[in-house]
Amino acid sequence: MFPGKMEQFIDNLPPMDLMRSEKMTFVQLIIPAESAHRAISYLGELGLLQFRDLNADKSPFQRTFVNQVKRCAEMSRKLRFFKDQVNKAGLMSSSRTLLQPDIDLEDLEVHLAEHEHELIEMNSNSDKLRQSYNELLEFKIVLQKASGFLISSHGRAVSGEIELQDNGYSNDDYGDTASLLEQEMRPQPSNTSGLRFISGIICKSKALRFERMLFRATRGNMFFNQAPAGEQIMDPVSTEMIEKTVFVVFFSGEQARTKILKICEAFGANCYPVPEDISKHGQITREVTSRLTDLEATLDAGIRHRNKALTSIADHLAKWMDLVRREKAVYDTLNMLNFDVTKKCLVAEGWCPMIAKAQMQEVLHRATFDSNSQVGIIFHQMDAVEAPPTYFKTNTFTNPYQEIVDAYGVARYQEANPAVYTTVIFPFLFAMMFGDWGHGICLLLGALVLIARENKLSTQKLGSFMEMLFGGRYVILLMSLFSIYCGLIYNEFFSVPFHIFGPSAFRCRDTSCRDAYTTGLVKYRDPYPFGVDPSWRGSRSELAFLNSMKMKMSILFGVAHMNLGIILSYFNARFFGSSLDIRYQFVPQMIFLNSLFGYLSLLIIVKWCSGSQADLYHVMIYMFLSPTDELGENQLFWGQRPLQIVLLLLALIAVPWMLFPKPFILKKLHTERFQGRSYGILNSSELDLEVEPDSAREHHHEEFNFSEVFVHQMIHSIEFILGSVSNTASYLRLWALSLAHSELSTVFYEKVLLLAWGYDNLVIRLVGLTVFAFATAFILLMMESLSAFLHALRLHWVEFQNKFYHGDGYKFKPFSFASLTEDDD
Amino acid sequence: MYGFEALSFNIHGGYLEAIVRGHRSGLLTTADYNNLCQCETLDDIKMHLSATEYGPYLQNEPSPLHTTTIVEKCTLKLVDDYKHMLCQATEPLSTFLEYITYGHMIDNVVLIVTGTLHERDVQELLEKCHPLGMFDSIATLAVAQNMRELYRLVLVDTPLAPYFSECITSEDLDDMNIEIMRNTLYKAYLEDFYRFCQKLGGATAEIMSDLLAFEADRRAVNITINSYPYGHEELAVCEDIDQVRAVMEKYPPYQSIFAKLSYGESQMLDKAFYEEEVKRHCLAFEQQFHYAVFFAYMRLREQEIRNLMWISECVAQNQKSRVHDSVVFIF
Repeated sequence: MFPGKMEQFIDNLPPMDLMRSEKMTFVQLIIPAESAHRAISYLGELGLLQFRDLNADKSPFQRTFVNQVKRCAEMSRKLRFFKDQVNKAGLMSSSRTLLQPDIDLEDLEVHLAEHEHELIEMNSNSDKLRQSYNELLEFKIVLQKASGFLISSHGRAVSGEIELQDNGYSNDDYGDTASLLEQEMRPQPSNTSGLRFISGIICKSKALRFERMLFRATRGNMFFNQAPAGEQIMDPVSTEMIEKTVFVVFFSGEQARTKILKICEAFGANCYPVPEDISKHGQITREVTSRLTDLEATLDAGIRHRNKALTSIADHLAKWMDLVRREKAVYDTLNMLNFDVTKKCLVAEGWCPMIAKAQMQEVLHRATFDSNSQVGIIFHQMDAVEAPPTYFKTNTFTNPYQEIVDAYGVARYQEANPAVYTTVIFPFLFAMMFGDWGHGICLLLGALVLIARENKLSTQKLGSFMEMLFGGRYVILLMSLFSIYCGLIYNEFFSVPFHIFGPSAFRCRDTSCRDAYTTGLVKYRDPYPFGVDPSWRGSRSELAFLNSMKMKMSILFGVAHMNLGIILSYFNARFFGSSLDIRYQFVPQMIFLNSLFGYLSLLIIVKWCSGSQADLYHVMIYMFLSPTDELGENQLFWGQRPLQIVLLLLALIAVPWMLFPKPFILKKLHTERFQGRSYGILNSSELDLEVEPDSAREHHHEEFNFSEVFVHQMIHSIEFILGSVSNTASYLRLWALSLAHSELSTVFYEKVLLLAWGYDNLVIRLVGLTVFAFATAFILLMMESLSAFLHALRLHWVEFQNKFYHGDGYKFKPFSFASLTEDDD
Repeated sequence: MYGFEALSFNIHGGYLEAIVRGHRSGLLTTADYNNLCQCETLDDIKMHLSATEYGPYLQNEPSPLHTTTIVEKCTLKLVDDYKHMLCQATEPLSTFLEYITYGHMIDNVVLIVTGTLHERDVQELLEKCHPLGMFDSIATLAVAQNMRELYRLVLVDTPLAPYFSECITSEDLDDMNIEIMRNTLYKAYLEDFYRFCQKLGGATAEIMSDLLAFEADRRAVNITINSYPYGHEELAVCEDIDQVRAVMEKYPPYQSIFAKLSYGESQMLDKAFYEEEVKRHCLAFEQQFHYAVFFAYMRLREQEIRNLMWISECVAQNQKSRVHDSVVFIF
């Protein structure tokens, strides 16, 4: 029997990984507590088991291993601190992987705590030093700048009293400078003549408001002098360099002094005393300068010491971070596990691919052995209520195509995977819209660059746009190759036709070639062997010819693509054992689509082969309006009229065939099953409940709502019937975009490049060339390829996948160390 | 313009409204609070919060945590949200957003003036100020000796200046005067904000006037209960909480609040008011195309931070039985 043979043939086809998702199995592990950690980390290295959270009702801090998770979080915080410090110090965390002895978590914890303590101490020391250094530096600057004001102010002030303040030095931990200041303070004679001054330094950005505030507070009874500090001073908190301004305020009265000091404090202005006596001034300046040099040396030594410590940390940093990340992941997974009744074993449940069972067992065995456990780990399969996850084994080449499909929806478990076909059809549909072998070569070069630098780029962190390009490099490769192919067919190279495959089949009527563009050319030899004849370019009927060709081509590919989709729905139905779907969905759908648009495709091919001049629009329209009329000159082959009538009748029959039988048969099946089972429940209800409580519960919930099923079927049928018209029309975008592409490139070539070349001026030619190059790169290569990409995407997601693809599965996310990224901290 | 704001609202306000609604969905839910209430230590709280929007703000804190750190970091998140929105806002939304901070400004001014009166260190006081109510010369507040100086030196540069007109007296600053000043400023501020919202019109005016009126009433009741001789006319003559209750029960919205309280009890009044306030703020999100969502979000977030502070304090001081006393669930 032929169908039987066919089925056998299909069943015996060699399995292909991508056709359907991997067979999954639900497993339960019972792990003795002592080997649990090791087992989980080995499983993480293997990365083929998706754990199910058995403690979903518990909040994170109520779980068993919460303390370990907290410790890991604390360690990763320390590591982040180190990383931050290393980056701030401008050291590179070395990428060389030193071969170090494996360090365990407890040791690492101690280690990290020590390092952190050391670093914090060094930082606080250097901060203190930096602060005193800054203060001395500011003092020096104030001394230099303020003395200028003081000397000039001598003319006006009869005698100035030097107001020395140690306000800026209220922090007593810094004894050195304080003593220096005190010594300055004491011998100052109190001069009562009235005019005093305060000198200090303030952030440049605050100076204006500071002056205004002083003016208001003293009611204008003050004199404010300022000068830029000239040197930038480091802010100890943000370690940024800040510009500051030196100021000297002259005022009179004790009250004003208090106010001014308070304002200084409020604005964060540091006040420094400046002696008026020139000799004193010189002495202090010398002292300050010498201290500064001392401090600078100390600071440098401190920084060197710190950098050394940081370098030693940086060498290990990557390894430590990796270790902590893994440990945290292991404990997070352990937290998903349950204790069994005896509290001695941990119970894990999860999904794993069927083929990985042997590997898993081997790994678990190794874990038992390595942790010297007396009891082995029990590993067995279980029944699961929920649907298994979808897992495709992809490689670098197939992955982006799978991503394209997954972006629409992850395949239902074991459903036919459209990615297999997408791998070829997607780039080809793109190329039909992007057919230009010049542009194709540009794309190819780009893709080749990405592929050649694959090893280097894959380790780097790329920007989001580059990452997208890099991820899709094999898609771009195929797209460009097919673009070159389609470009050769369309005979377009930056919109210029070439005589690659021999001379044109057409020639002028006479030697002068005067009427070439009015009456046309004559054909004098065999057709051009491959693609479009270059003579069509620029001819009067160029557009009419190309449009007709591309439009027909689009319909042919569209109908073929949709048929493939429907055929896949057959394989889906066969796989899931639903003969109902085959008989009442697949068959009428095939008949409906092919009796209308399959017939159109046939007409197109017959017309191409026979060279007939029949009007296909007319044929198709009158096939519906008056099927019984004579076709006349539009007849393409013998028996066309009866065939059309048969096809039309078939299409009409297909509609109710699609719509009615399925819901009624479903209803019948349901009532039969329900009756049959009601007896069963009466007889052995207790037994039933005891044996399979889960499955029993499931059956009771299954209710059959006829109207819902019928409406659903109606929607589905209407969608298909209307869809087969609108989807076929939708494939015309292949023609439209390819037309747009070729017209745009023609415009840029003729109206920019050729126009500019017409001038005998180098500048104009260069400008024309530049404009052409930019337009080609940005508009044709980037924007056009993007739009062609999007349209190809739509044709796949909507026109192709709606014929068979459910896409309501969920992805297999195994617990794997390899998938831990730096963001997981 | 009522009814037409939908036509043009999204030109300037659409993006920010989307942002603020996104922020709103990041607010802690009842489930979160239930989990938080079960925490044993502050580390547990940190761990739980790490899964929320506060995560990035707390993850780099070294382990022995303090309540202040948690509150500070959570406030930082609010401030970052606010600053982001303010950066993106155009007129009149930016002015509206600025109005929201004036309340904090008044509180900060009062905090610093009171602090300096009691001779606290200015830096220490500055750390306690709410970061949303900071302005440039806030530290200079310490210089002022009386109201007039306070105005002339510092506040004249701030947006609070117009509210100060009633307070300019040469009276010395003491606790009493400062408290009066706070409430006068607040009154002027709420009135001004109200007028501004009325000017904006549409749903903003409608919802904001309700929210602001409630705020004003709440303050009036609190002032009366804390026996300051200010408030609405009838409230002004009240002498104890039961008289306040008698007055307030005439107004339906407040009847329900007071119905929850037993006679003579004033402790729970704050919580009852907060609950009512939260309810009203949540309702503000039910309408689209108005600015009140920004106000409501800021207030809800502040309430959430208050809740977190209370929970953290209870956990830190081992008073877990009292956790539910002051936590106001938002959703």
